[in-house]
Amino acid sequence: MSSIAVSTTINDDDVEFLCQPDETLLDVLRNRLGLMGAKEGCGTGDCGACSAIVDGRVVCSCLVLGAEAQGRTIETIEGMANGSELHPLQRKFIEHAALQCGICTPGFLMAAKALLEVNPDPTETEIRFWLAGNLCRCTGYDKIVRAVQDAAAEMRGENA
Amino acid sequence: MRYERPQTIQDATALLAGAEAKSYVLAGGTDLLVRMQSDDFEADLIVDIKAIAGMDQITEVEDGFVIGAGVPCAALAENAALVAAWPGVVEAANLIGSTQIQGRCTVVGNLCNASPAADSVPALVASNARVRIAGPSGQREVDILDVPVSPGKTSLKKGEFIEAVVLPKGAAHLGDAYLRFIPRTEMDIAVVGVGVHLALDDAGAISSARVALGAVGPKVVLSQEAADTLVGTKLEDAALEALATACSDASNPIDDKRGTVAFRKQVAGVLARRAAQTAYTRAGGK
Repeated sequence: MSSIAVSTTINDDDVEFLCQPDETLLDVLRNRLGLMGAKEGCGTGDCGACSAIVDGRVVCSCLVLGAEAQGRTIETIEGMANGSELHPLQRKFIEHAALQCGICTPGFLMAAKALLEVNPDPTETEIRFWLAGNLCRCTGYDKIVRAVQDAAAEMRGENA
Repeated sequence: MRYERPQTIQDATALLAGAEAKSYVLAGGTDLLVRMQSDDFEADLIVDIKAIAGMDQITEVEDGFVIGAGVPCAALAENAALVAAWPGVVEAANLIGSTQIQGRCTVVGNLCNASPAADSVPALVASNARVRIAGPSGQREVDILDVPVSPGKTSLKKGEFIEAVVLPKGAAHLGDAYLRFIPRTEMDIAVVGVGVHLALDDAGAISSARVALGAVGPKVVLSQEAADTLVGTKLEDAALEALATACSDASNPIDDKRGTVAFRKQVAGVLARRAAQTAYTRAGGK
């Protein structure tokens, strides 16, 4: 198989890489670009641990081919903090202890970020349905939901 | 294996009609990439159709809506005119998978994957949708019911792919609905799915009906008998009872881990009643 040259934008940086035709975006991120934040949980789009935002939509990067990244705008967990300043969602996940082993956390954060961009004031039910494609086998979700609610309130300028 | 991203429909059909033995169309990839993970998957060519102009567009035309083959299901819910005209179709499409899957999966992919349990298919069949098929000898348009043949098989010929689904736009007093049964609240495969589309006359009586059943046979079932129980009624209890019986009778499901034959037949009737009531209300019936 011959390699494909891909030009894309990842976390506001122009990025070029070579990949195989059957290589997933997740594998490109982790194995070629050193962006190890997205995790491979299932590899079949069920667990959300590999969540990334492509052209504004949160997707499973294990179900995207690396070659499909051509010309697109990709956000990963590595671009979430502003330098050393954590995103409110990241801070609230820590404050609420919304993680234990941490494997699912980058995916939850990317999915939650995408939610708050389209819905700054989600109900608990909306949060739970939106995050239903992110599986956590440690915490049981309640702390995650509360962290998202708290971050959303802060980002709306409440409880500052 | 090669990956190609043609810019035109002609280039795409030429690639698909070419020499390679096994070729696959890539739109959202939520089924294809899962299959690619399996050890026995073999492909010579993947044709990504999303760079072709119009594939990512929902276009409202005079007599309907054209949904490009690359439009993710999440985008259907963001189109207010489509939601107003076809709420049942949009609901069905939005039931597929998680938020992450919604960002990629397409109704054309749901159709071409040819699972008997595909959620969007009964709703689209009830809506009387058609599909635009591009092929080496040009474009043809067919009834969506004619696309799936059996589990995993479609009637598409070599070199062909579906470029769009076309939903009609009708007169006033129309309503549609889709309901499915799954054992959890979210992210599961339909045990039974029912799509209903009703048209009412000015007096509120049903003037035409389409009832489509999913996951109760090797392909989606469009039941004329079920539709006939509704026409001329105002969805009185007797009509709903007859509808439920007709839907149970039209179901020919299998026993599997997700449901027994008896359960699926009964649930087909229950869901049909409820979907018909929602469609009737949406059409303006009281």
